[in-house]
Amino acid sequence: MTRRGAREGLLGWALVFPALALVGLFTLWPLVQAGISSLYRNDLSTTVPQFIGFGNYKALLGDRVFWKALCNNLVFALATVVLSMAIALCFALLAHHARSGLKPSLQLAWFLPTVIPMVAAANIWLFIYTPSYGLLDGTLKAIVDPVAGLVGLPGYKDGNWLGNPTSVMPSLIAMYVWKEAGYFMLFFLVGLERIDRQYYEAARLDGAGNWTVFRRITAPLLMPTALFVLIISCTTAFKTVDHLVIMTQGGPDNASNLLLYYTYQTAFSFWDIGKASALTVCLLALLSVLIALNLRYFDRRIHYSD
Amino acid sequence: MKNGNKVFLTIVSCAIGLLWVVPYVWIIVTSVALRPDAAHPFARLGIDHFSDVLSQAPFGIYFLNSLVIVAGVLFLQCVTTTLAAYAVARLKFWGRDFVFLLLLCQIAIPNDILLVPNYLTVSKLRLTNSLLGIMVPFFASGFGIFLLRQTFKSIPRDFEEAAEIDGAGLLRKLAYVYLPMSKPAYAAFGLASVCAHWNDFLWPLIVTNSDRVRPMTVGLAMFATSFETGARWGDVAAATILVTLPLVLLFAVFQKRFVESLSFSSGIK
Amino acid sequence: MKLKPALALFACASLGLGAAMAQAKPVELSLFFPVSVGGPITTIVDGLCTDFNKENPDIKVSAVYCGSYADTMVKAQTGIKGGNPPDLAIIQATELYTLLDMNAVQGLDQFVVKDKEKGFIDDFYPAFMENCRAEGKLWSLPFQRSTIVLYYNKDMFKKAGLDSNRPPKNWKELADDAKKLTVKDSSGVVNTWGIEIPSTGFQYWMFQALCLQNGLQIMNDEGTEVYFDKPAAVEALQYWLDLEKVQKVMPDGIVEWATAPTDFIQGKTAMMFHTTGNLTNVRKSATFDFGVAFLPADKSYGSPTGGGNIYMFSGISNEHKAAAWRFMRYLTSAAKASEWSMKTGFVATRKSSFEAEPLKSYVVGFPQAAVARDQLKYAKAELSTHSNSQIYQIINDDLQAALAGTKTPIQALSDAQSQTDEILGRFKK
Repeated sequence: MTRRGAREGLLGWALVFPALALVGLFTLWPLVQAGISSLYRNDLSTTVPQFIGFGNYKALLGDRVFWKALCNNLVFALATVVLSMAIALCFALLAHHARSGLKPSLQLAWFLPTVIPMVAAANIWLFIYTPSYGLLDGTLKAIVDPVAGLVGLPGYKDGNWLGNPTSVMPSLIAMYVWKEAGYFMLFFLVGLERIDRQYYEAARLDGAGNWTVFRRITAPLLMPTALFVLIISCTTAFKTVDHLVIMTQGGPDNASNLLLYYTYQTAFSFWDIGKASALTVCLLALLSVLIALNLRYFDRRIHYSD
Repeated sequence: MKNGNKVFLTIVSCAIGLLWVVPYVWIIVTSVALRPDAAHPFARLGIDHFSDVLSQAPFGIYFLNSLVIVAGVLFLQCVTTTLAAYAVARLKFWGRDFVFLLLLCQIAIPNDILLVPNYLTVSKLRLTNSLLGIMVPFFASGFGIFLLRQTFKSIPRDFEEAAEIDGAGLLRKLAYVYLPMSKPAYAAFGLASVCAHWNDFLWPLIVTNSDRVRPMTVGLAMFATSFETGARWGDVAAATILVTLPLVLLFAVFQKRFVESLSFSSGIK
Repeated sequence: MKLKPALALFACASLGLGAAMAQAKPVELSLFFPVSVGGPITTIVDGLCTDFNKENPDIKVSAVYCGSYADTMVKAQTGIKGGNPPDLAIIQATELYTLLDMNAVQGLDQFVVKDKEKGFIDDFYPAFMENCRAEGKLWSLPFQRSTIVLYYNKDMFKKAGLDSNRPPKNWKELADDAKKLTVKDSSGVVNTWGIEIPSTGFQYWMFQALCLQNGLQIMNDEGTEVYFDKPAAVEALQYWLDLEKVQKVMPDGIVEWATAPTDFIQGKTAMMFHTTGNLTNVRKSATFDFGVAFLPADKSYGSPTGGGNIYMFSGISNEHKAAAWRFMRYLTSAAKASEWSMKTGFVATRKSSFEAEPLKSYVVGFPQAAVARDQLKYAKAELSTHSNSQIYQIINDDLQAALAGTKTPIQALSDAQSQTDEILGRFKK
C-alpha cells in the first residue's frame, strides 16, 4: 500500500466528494432535518419553535384529512400500479409481435403521454372532464342521446367527473394510467427482447400453445423486469401530485387529496412546518415499508434465466 | 402465429394506439380552432390562440429558464457523476463501498418527498427565487453514478494502462478512454435527466416567486389556473402545446436512444 | 507631478457623479398584485403604476402578478420567511391576523397622523374599515372591495311571467322565483337553472352571507373564535342545501366559482350569487338585459364585505416605507378609486368618489353599479381569524361535504367548529 495506496485513497475521496456533499446536503441531511423538525411546534402561533415531542404525530393520528389522504394514496397506488403494469404488459406484447413497420408508431403513440409534463396532461384531461362541453361528456352525449331517444328514456345528464367525490378518484386514476403505462411498456419491451428465442423454439417443438408459452416462459423470465417496474410505479404513485394542483386541489372535500399534496398544503399554505415535517417522515416510512415488502415478496418468486 | 390472429392483433393494436393519442390530438385541435366553444372543432383554424398566449404570458422567458435549468443540471451532473463513478469503479479507498451505497440512496428518495426540508435548506442558503436554487439539489445523481460505474467497470483495463504508459493523467484518461467508450450510457443518462428536469413542477413551484425565473411547467400551471371568469380553453390548449412540443420532438427524433436508455436502467437485476 | 491633480480631480468627479446618481436613482418598490399574468387587469394596473411613476420621478413602482389571492398570500409569506418581503401587496383583507402573527405588516397610524389630512380615513366606508383594524391600530387600506350581490336575468324573468323590476327580496321569494325560472326539456333534463350559488373557491363567503341574513356573525372581533355550529348557521346551510336537493333549482353537487358567471352569461342559470367584482365582465359579455340586487333577506339583509386591501410590509427600509405610503395614498385616492371601480366593478371605497365625477354620472347611467354600495348599510366584516388559510380550508371542505351530501349540515358544521377550535386555541391569550 504505502504512498501509492495513500495517494489513491486521497484521490478517491477527492473525486467522490462533490457528489457525496450534494447527496448529503439534499438527500441525507433532509431526512435528519425532517425528523428533528417534526418534534417541534413550528407554525403561525409560535415565534420560536417549541419542543413538543410526538405532539405532531398525535395530531396526525386524530387528523381526518391525514387519514383520508393516506387511504386515497393507498387506493391510488394500488389501482394505478395494477392497471398501468397490466396495460403496459399488454402493450409490450402487442408491440413486440407487431409488424416491423407498425412497431415504432405504436411505441410512439403509447409512450407519448410519458414525455409530456404531468401539468400538461392534467390540463388536457381537465378539459376532457369539463362538464357539458368536454370531450368525455360530448362523446357520451352523442352516443347516449340518439339511443335514449329511440328507447324513450331521458337523455344524457351532464357528468361532474371531478366535482363528485365518488367519481373523482377513478377519473384521476384513468388520466395517470394514460400517462404512465407507456413508460412501463418500454421496460417490458426490453425485457421481452432479452428472452432467448431458443426457449420459444423448444416450447413450440413440444407443441405448446400461446397461453402455455406465456405462462411458463415469458412471465417467469419477465419477473425481474416486473419487480423493477413495480418498485418504480409504487414510488411514482406517491410522489406525483402535480395534477392535483391543476385539477382538484385535493377536493372535493379531500376526496382526491394525497399525502404529498397535503404535506405541500400544510407547509406552504398553512405554514405549519412541524406538522409538515411529521408528514414527510410518515411518507418516507411508508415508502420504505412498501419497497421492502415488494422486494421480499417478489424476490422469492423470481426465476433467473441464468 | 396464425395469419388470422395476426391481422386481428394488428387491428386491435392500431385501435388502442389511436385511442391513446386522442387526448393529445384533441388538445391540438382545440389550440387551432378559433371559435370560443371548442366542442365544435369544425370551424376556422388559425394560430390566434398561440399569439394570444405569447402576448399574455412571457413563455419565451419560461422557455429560456427551462433550457438553462436543464442544461445547467445536466452539465454539473456529468461532472460530479463522472468523477464519482470513476472513483468507485476504479480506485481503492477506505469506505468506498459504503460511499457508493450512500450515493445510491438518492435513487430511492425522490426530491419531491423532501420538499419541506430542502426548501428550508435552500431558504437558508438565500437561493429562493433563483434558477440556481431550482437546480442545486440535482447537481449529483445517484442514478448517473450507478449507470456510469457499471459502464466504466466494463471497459477493459488495457485501455487505461495503455494511456498511462503514454503519460496520461486522470483527466486525460477520462477524456480519451472512458468518455468516448461510454457514449451510450451518457446519452441514456442525458435523455433521462433532460426529460425529468424539463417536466419538474412541484419543486420549482415552491422555490420561485416571480415570472423571471419560472420554468415552462410552472408558467403553464399559473396560466391555466388563472382565469377568474372561466377557463379560456383555446389559449390554455395553445400554451400546453408550446410546453410539450420540445420534448415530443426530441422523443420523435431520438426514439431509439430513449429505448436504449431504459434498457440500461432495467439492467439492474 | 501632473498625475496627482488629475487623479484628485478624477476622484472628486467620480464621487460627485456617484452621489448624483445615488440621488437620481429612484426608490424601487415592488407591489404584489393578485391577478394572473396577462389578464386584462394587468394593463390597467401597469397604467396606474406608470402614471404614479411619472408624477413621482423619485419612486418606481412595479407590479408583480402573482395569480389568485391565495397564491399572492403564499408568495408574500414565502418572501417574508425568506427575508426579502415585498414592499406592498394587495392581499385579502381577512389575512390580517395571519400577517400580524408573522410580524409582517407595518402599522399605518404613524403615517396618517403625520399627514394630518382630515377625514382621510373617515372618507372610507365604515364597513370596509372593519377588516383593516386590529388591537385598535390601523394596518391596511381598502383597495378593491366588494360585497356579494344577486345577478338576475331580466329577459328570463319576463319570460317566466315575473316582474323584471322586482327581484326576490327574501328567502321565500328567492326559492319561489327560482322554481318558476327553472326550465326543463321534454325528458326532464334541466336546461336552465333558477339560481347558482358557487360552492368552490369562496364558499365560506357565500355561507357567511346566508348566516348574516339569518342574524348571525360567524366570528368574533379578535379572530380567536368562530360560531359555525350555532342553530342560525345550520339553518342557513340547510336553506342552501334545500335549494339544491328539495326545490331542485340549483345544480346537484359542486358549482364552480368560475363557471357560475359563464353559466349566467350563457343563459344556463337565471340568477346567481357572485361578487360585484364581476360586474364589468358580466356587463361586457351579457347579450341580455340583466339586473343586480341586494341578496335576499331572511331576518334582515346582509352580506360580508370582500376583496383586497393594500398592505405595507414592515421588513423594508424607512426610505421604502415613506415611498410606499405615498403610493398607498395615490392608489386609494378618491379619483383612483372611482377609476378602478368603473373598470372592474369593485365598489369605490370612498364616499367622496360617488359624490364627484366621473363616477357620479356613471352610476346614473348604470345603476347596477350602485347596488353593492347601497348594500354596505347591511354589510359586515368578512370571516377573518388567525391561521386564516387553514380555517378557510376547513370550513370550505365541510361546506362541500354538506352540499355533496356526504355529511349532514349539522355534522359538517360541528366538525368544522371542533377542528377550528383546536387550531384557534393556540392563539388565545
